[in-house]
Amino acid sequence: MDWWRRFRQSFLLYSFLRDSVAIACSLILIVLVLVSFLAPLIAPHNPYDSSSIDILNAEMPPMWMDGGSPEFILGTDSQGRDMLSTLLYGMRVSIIIGCLAVLMQAFIGVVIGLISGYLGGRIDSFLMRMADVQLSFSTMMVAIFLGAIFQEAFGVGLYEQFAVPMLVIIIGLAEWPQYARTVRASVLAEKKKEYVEAARVIGLRAQRIMGRHILPNTVSPVLVISTVQVANAIMSEAALSFLGLGMPVTRPSLGSLINSGFEYIFSGSWWITLFPGIFLVLLILVINLLGDWLRDVLNPKLYKG
Amino acid sequence: MQHLLQLEDVVIRFALRFGDLTAVDGVSFALDKGQRLGLVGESGAGKSVTGFSIINLISKPGYIASGRILFEGRDLAHLDEEEMRDIRGNRISMIFQDPMMTLNPVLTIGEQMVETLLAHRKFTEDECRDRALETLRKVHIPSPEKRLSQYPHELSGGMRQRIVIAIALLADPALIIADEPSTALDVTIQAEILDLLLELCESEKTALILITHDLAVVSQVTETIAVMYAGKIVELGSTEAVIHTPMHPYTRGLINALPGSVHSERRLNQIPGMMPSLMTIPPGCSFHPRCEYRMEVCRHQVPDLRYYESFGREVACHLGEGLFGRSS
Repeated sequence: MDWWRRFRQSFLLYSFLRDSVAIACSLILIVLVLVSFLAPLIAPHNPYDSSSIDILNAEMPPMWMDGGSPEFILGTDSQGRDMLSTLLYGMRVSIIIGCLAVLMQAFIGVVIGLISGYLGGRIDSFLMRMADVQLSFSTMMVAIFLGAIFQEAFGVGLYEQFAVPMLVIIIGLAEWPQYARTVRASVLAEKKKEYVEAARVIGLRAQRIMGRHILPNTVSPVLVISTVQVANAIMSEAALSFLGLGMPVTRPSLGSLINSGFEYIFSGSWWITLFPGIFLVLLILVINLLGDWLRDVLNPKLYKG
Repeated sequence: MQHLLQLEDVVIRFALRFGDLTAVDGVSFALDKGQRLGLVGESGAGKSVTGFSIINLISKPGYIASGRILFEGRDLAHLDEEEMRDIRGNRISMIFQDPMMTLNPVLTIGEQMVETLLAHRKFTEDECRDRALETLRKVHIPSPEKRLSQYPHELSGGMRQRIVIAIALLADPALIIADEPSTALDVTIQAEILDLLLELCESEKTALILITHDLAVVSQVTETIAVMYAGKIVELGSTEAVIHTPMHPYTRGLINALPGSVHSERRLNQIPGMMPSLMTIPPGCSFHPRCEYRMEVCRHQVPDLRYYESFGREVACHLGEGLFGRSS
């Protein structure tokens, strides 16, 4: 178990064990991820199963309030679904979309950043101007635009069916320049180092030099922005769903849950909006805090006193 | 007889915004199998660019403007990228100045060696490993099996330079270009590395081009020496003869500037002035503003590299053999 020994002796683990914020955040994150992915096993109800939903249970408050029932710990939403179960399922949807979208961003961005930084010249200018153009539209605008087109073209029914891959593609396409720029910047710095020259002197192909020599040396900034981007992607998804362009109400994510409760907030059913909101904030907060910690660890120049 | 490597009137220019800059101006020399040549000169004289031109890896905006670089009968200046890649690291390898920088920090020594082999040979993983171990033994690395799985940062500077040399030797090249291979190391290690290079070149019959500004290094290792000044070769001959009886005033100045062991309380001699920048090369002999023997003709006419039979070497100076008989 060589890698395990390496890991146990690593600075990463050392500084992790000495940072209580990082430990707390990763514990919370692990719990959130676990409960959401185990939702089918641990959730008291199945919110996707419409036969188990009784409209008569709609808008029941949490169990500790008057009119609450121990069957619905966090109350029910406007259609009578158990809030806790819906929330767990919704968080799972949010996390899946966030991670997949970031994978897609990272793939597009890293490839473009590598090519752009390594080859330079006209190709670099062209790709970076493309990134600039992409960044000059806000993510929301691109997403709303694309989402609206898809809904119009394929109809709402089909859209609901393909909502997850759609959102992944939309959010993935909208944010790749973040990766491309970061990777390009570190490729430009690495390219000047002599080991790259040495690799060319050895007679290696350009693809191999990019993939095997330069890419591993740019991993740490990519890791750091990945954490931030996961949080961003989850937020984008929530925002889109809140605007009604994301996950349909039948398969809600955290964003669409907040949205569906929003209409009832003035009629007193605050719990439909509040609980998904709390979970969304918690999820994004711990991911961002972990990202900060990772950035500090991977960049020793940023010592904090 | 065909030479292993022959440079014919190589001109290297750098395309800059305000026009082209000539970094290497008509360099010619030949190298036979197993021969060792020292390329000496100040910083900016064009030594390294000449070295890089041989493997056709001059960094942009530099380019080979004219001339031929014949290696094993092929003109390297006009090979396409694919053919050139087959020569790099295979027939010609290169060793750089700083072993801290030339090894990739995230790959193990073994991975880097195997990769070099796989780029040129159809070897299996095991054959590569055997070959890597054998080469590591050749460069006298203790416990080579252990080194294969180590990362560059786990090794000392001298050890790393040995590994760089081992990587250069992996594919049995016919020529090694060493660009200041000992400059970044401390003095005791320098001597070891140079001895090692010399030993390997002799035992493997590998030709060597040693690029350096250190005359002592050149005299230790090479048979022939080419002194460069402002992009031109000013003196080319056997190392021993050139160092003992320099014919070009610049070579003479360089040798006189070495701290001697005899006159210990004397100020060191130096050549007055600086090498001209490539943008302001003076007309005539580019060395004339700093030359203590300059004549009227030096201001207008560029001296050709002429062969002096009685001295067995080529010199580019209007004085020619006239430098002898004049005291410095």
